[in-house]
Amino acid sequence: MTEKLSVQEIILRLQKYWAAQGCMLMQAYDTEKGAGTMSPYTFLRAIGPEPWNAAYVEPSRRPADGRYGENPNRLYQHHQFQVIMKPSPENIQELYLNSLKELGINPLEHDIRFVEDNWENPSMGCAGVGWEVWLDGMEITQFTYFQIVGGLEMDPVASEITYGLERLSSYIQNVNSVFDLEWSDDVLYGDIFKEPEYEHSKYSFEVSDQEMLLKHFNEYEHEAQRLLKQNLVHPAYDYILKCSHTFNLLDARGAVSVTERAGYLSRIRNLARWVAKEFVAARKRRGFPLIKDEKKRQELLKDETEEK
Amino acid sequence: MANNFLLEIGLEEIPAHVVTPSINQLKKRASDFLSEQRITFENIKTFSTPRRLALFITGLADKQPDIDKSVKGPAKKIAQDADGNWTKAAIGFSKGQGASTDDITFKDVKGTQYVFVEKHIAGKPVDEILAGMKGVITAMTFPTMMKWGTYSFEYVRPIKWLVALLNAKVIPIKILNVTADRITSGHRFLGKDVELANADEYEEKLTEQFVVADAKKRKELISKQIHKIAQDNNWKINLDPDLLEEVNNLVEWPTAFAGNFADKYLTIPDEVLITSMKDHQRFFYVTDQDGKLLPHFVSVRNGNDYDLQNVIQGNEKVLTARLEDAMFFYQEDQKKSIADYVERLKKVSFHDKISTMYEKMQRVQVISRYLGKLVGLSDDELKDLSRAAEIYKFDLITGMVGEFAELQGIMGEKYALLNGESPAVAKAISEHYMPISANGALPKSNVGAVLAVADKLDSILTFFAAGMIPSGSNDPYALRRQASGIVRIAADKKWNFDLIATLKNVIDDEEKQAVAPKLDMKGQINAVSNFMKDRIKQFLDDLGIRYDIADAVTSGSQTNIVFNIASGKMLQDHKDDNDFKAVIESLTRVQRIAKKGSFAKDDLTVNPDLFENESEKVLFEAVKKADDGFTGLGAEEDFQRLAQLKDDINTYFDATMIMAKDDQLKNNRLRQLTLIANMIMFVGDLDKLVVKG
Repeated sequence: MTEKLSVQEIILRLQKYWAAQGCMLMQAYDTEKGAGTMSPYTFLRAIGPEPWNAAYVEPSRRPADGRYGENPNRLYQHHQFQVIMKPSPENIQELYLNSLKELGINPLEHDIRFVEDNWENPSMGCAGVGWEVWLDGMEITQFTYFQIVGGLEMDPVASEITYGLERLSSYIQNVNSVFDLEWSDDVLYGDIFKEPEYEHSKYSFEVSDQEMLLKHFNEYEHEAQRLLKQNLVHPAYDYILKCSHTFNLLDARGAVSVTERAGYLSRIRNLARWVAKEFVAARKRRGFPLIKDEKKRQELLKDETEEK
Repeated sequence: MANNFLLEIGLEEIPAHVVTPSINQLKKRASDFLSEQRITFENIKTFSTPRRLALFITGLADKQPDIDKSVKGPAKKIAQDADGNWTKAAIGFSKGQGASTDDITFKDVKGTQYVFVEKHIAGKPVDEILAGMKGVITAMTFPTMMKWGTYSFEYVRPIKWLVALLNAKVIPIKILNVTADRITSGHRFLGKDVELANADEYEEKLTEQFVVADAKKRKELISKQIHKIAQDNNWKINLDPDLLEEVNNLVEWPTAFAGNFADKYLTIPDEVLITSMKDHQRFFYVTDQDGKLLPHFVSVRNGNDYDLQNVIQGNEKVLTARLEDAMFFYQEDQKKSIADYVERLKKVSFHDKISTMYEKMQRVQVISRYLGKLVGLSDDELKDLSRAAEIYKFDLITGMVGEFAELQGIMGEKYALLNGESPAVAKAISEHYMPISANGALPKSNVGAVLAVADKLDSILTFFAAGMIPSGSNDPYALRRQASGIVRIAADKKWNFDLIATLKNVIDDEEKQAVAPKLDMKGQINAVSNFMKDRIKQFLDDLGIRYDIADAVTSGSQTNIVFNIASGKMLQDHKDDNDFKAVIESLTRVQRIAKKGSFAKDDLTVNPDLFENESEKVLFEAVKKADDGFTGLGAEEDFQRLAQLKDDINTYFDATMIMAKDDQLKNNRLRQLTLIANMIMFVGDLDKLVVKG
């Protein structure tokens, strides 16, 4: 039977495992976002020719999914454990399955399947091909080979593994509600997050100031554009993340009609595409320093110059 | 001669719905390749699982057959000079054929001597040809392709291994960094890699490694296991073929198992429970012998029965979480009234360029009122129709439909009943989406059928008016399917109405009631009507009616679905009649000559005082008789009446000079012919018929 691990023990083991596979352990990025993919450690770093291997926990906010802390599985904020490896290793599926073993999940005692699920995030101009990984019928991981990020085609291709930590943990600890999860040995998930869940849900659905949010959205968009024009890629990206989160808040409040929705999403997408291009250009100006093969690096720099 | 070849492509998990089409494609490509390469074989057996596509080709020839042929070169007088020496032309020719001048012979062709080289092309051995299977593998196409690693090559999923064995010999094939060998991979968890001594032992060796590679056998195994569970528990399990196909392509070593959920969830509508089980979890739902849903499910593990209890518990937990959610929505949704939901539809867009959903409902109220009266609904039906049209999209903003989009309409019906709407109104709400596929069920109730037609007609008309017209394979709003739905419903209900008149009238009504969108709908009436005609043609084609007949009946003066279809069936029935050709020839002669005149509708009075011969009088009387009540008789009777005019028409043409020099005479005769032509066009443009001797 599966060993009962606390949430923090699960995180620690995943970190240790993926560090051993050559991933840098990054920390959660400090701007609100809906998914680990939107961290600059994935979104920006997936773009361009440089290799990148990283793993980190990402608290992810989805205002519309808030349920006032009353639903056992739906949360305003959940935690993702994100692994990004570029280029995608040959044995990435095996690496992933071995990570489950580290968590005490012996595949022979379970039913593990890779079920087609092609991931898309149109607002960030992203699309990928891959699977949901099912553990005894529960989706515990999204497994994706990125094909397009920020509107740019991947070369090389990055593989992304996103574990839903709450789901995985509630399976491992065999609890029916995420609030009953043991975060550490003595403290329950509910002790930490139940109140914020209620408050954030209340805020997102009932209290948020729509006018202020609308104003912020416009300001954030404007700021991102202004910064992009000055090649300030990372500050611009922060404001794009803020746009995205502000939109999610407006959406949860029901303040966005279906018609307007498409408009907002396309505004965010335009920014995402823009920043993607600027990021590659900036890395090129730096000489793609993460490419260790000098010959290849020179070739890429030459290629890009000739294209101009 | 008994060469057997095994080709296996090992992949990361292929999407379940792609497995079967892909193995069929691979088989066809391999078979075409071998035919092109002139390598004969007896049979190709296929194997497919989520992780492999494999072919086992038996009875392959040892080699291509040799080819002997004479190749003709230049004439002798050009090939040799006066002294009999070989010229440059001869040397060049023989060289070009891979021979020398020593190989040249002469043959007589029509009295002239020509140079020939007898060529023998030895067939290539089969192993050399089979190396070309690389091209077969790489030429495969898939609905979604992907790149991986550092490669630019695209495939359905990354290729992990290749096996290419001709009997006991490895055929050298290499794709990217994967080189074919004799090692295949067993079940992901239960099995291990295994070496094949020869191609023949593939299936057996894989079975030892917990892979049932034969998709058909695997499917039979799953069916058997599920039947046994059903039998042991006295359950009924509906083995939905699509679900079985999908599940079959998610597993390599199937073990079916049963699980349970709490009785309390049975208060949720069956459709919600079934969707949760079938669509979300790929479970088979379970009923008692009378078809009543039971709190159990059956699923299939990709593995054996070791620790199966674990798997069962896990699946139960997942389903319970889903049902808990569904129960929450079901209860929450009932706290609001239909009026609340309808009010909120004012903020939901039907399409940016058209209107809100609420405004669409306003238009559909107008259209359905018009159609309902036109097709003769009773007062009670009209009342229900009016109420249904007022609210029929309300469920779109319920929590349940937000979560389970596929339940739109179905939840509308449930919630309408819970809110005290009449059963007819509730039924119409779910029926208005019908048919949901090309051959899907049609609305049964008249109210539902009118609402379905009105809703679809509005969508087609407004999308056309907003410039979103389907072209080629581009039909993102499935307008063709909706148009076909209208045709099928009208045909099923035998509702006679002319589309062009209907469109004109409903647009007028919408404008009068100020619910029309700010779009030029009138300008699209003909385009919509032609779009509908194409669907009527398709409908007739599906009935096996000849293309020219379908074309003729949809090219007449009416756009009346039911009449057009009846007319098509009628002509199909008569096309082999003895006098069919004669009738059509005589009628189409009328049509062609009538085109020389052009008269207003109210300017078609024939003046008997201008008749010069008896045949004019006879035809005049016959047409008058035939035209009496012509438009209310139906296609068969109409055609009979027209057919009976044949002799009078022929006599008329023999005796009468239509294009008389006297304009008065000419126009009187053309008016007579136009009257007949109009009757013909009512049935269809018979001139489009292809009538063979």
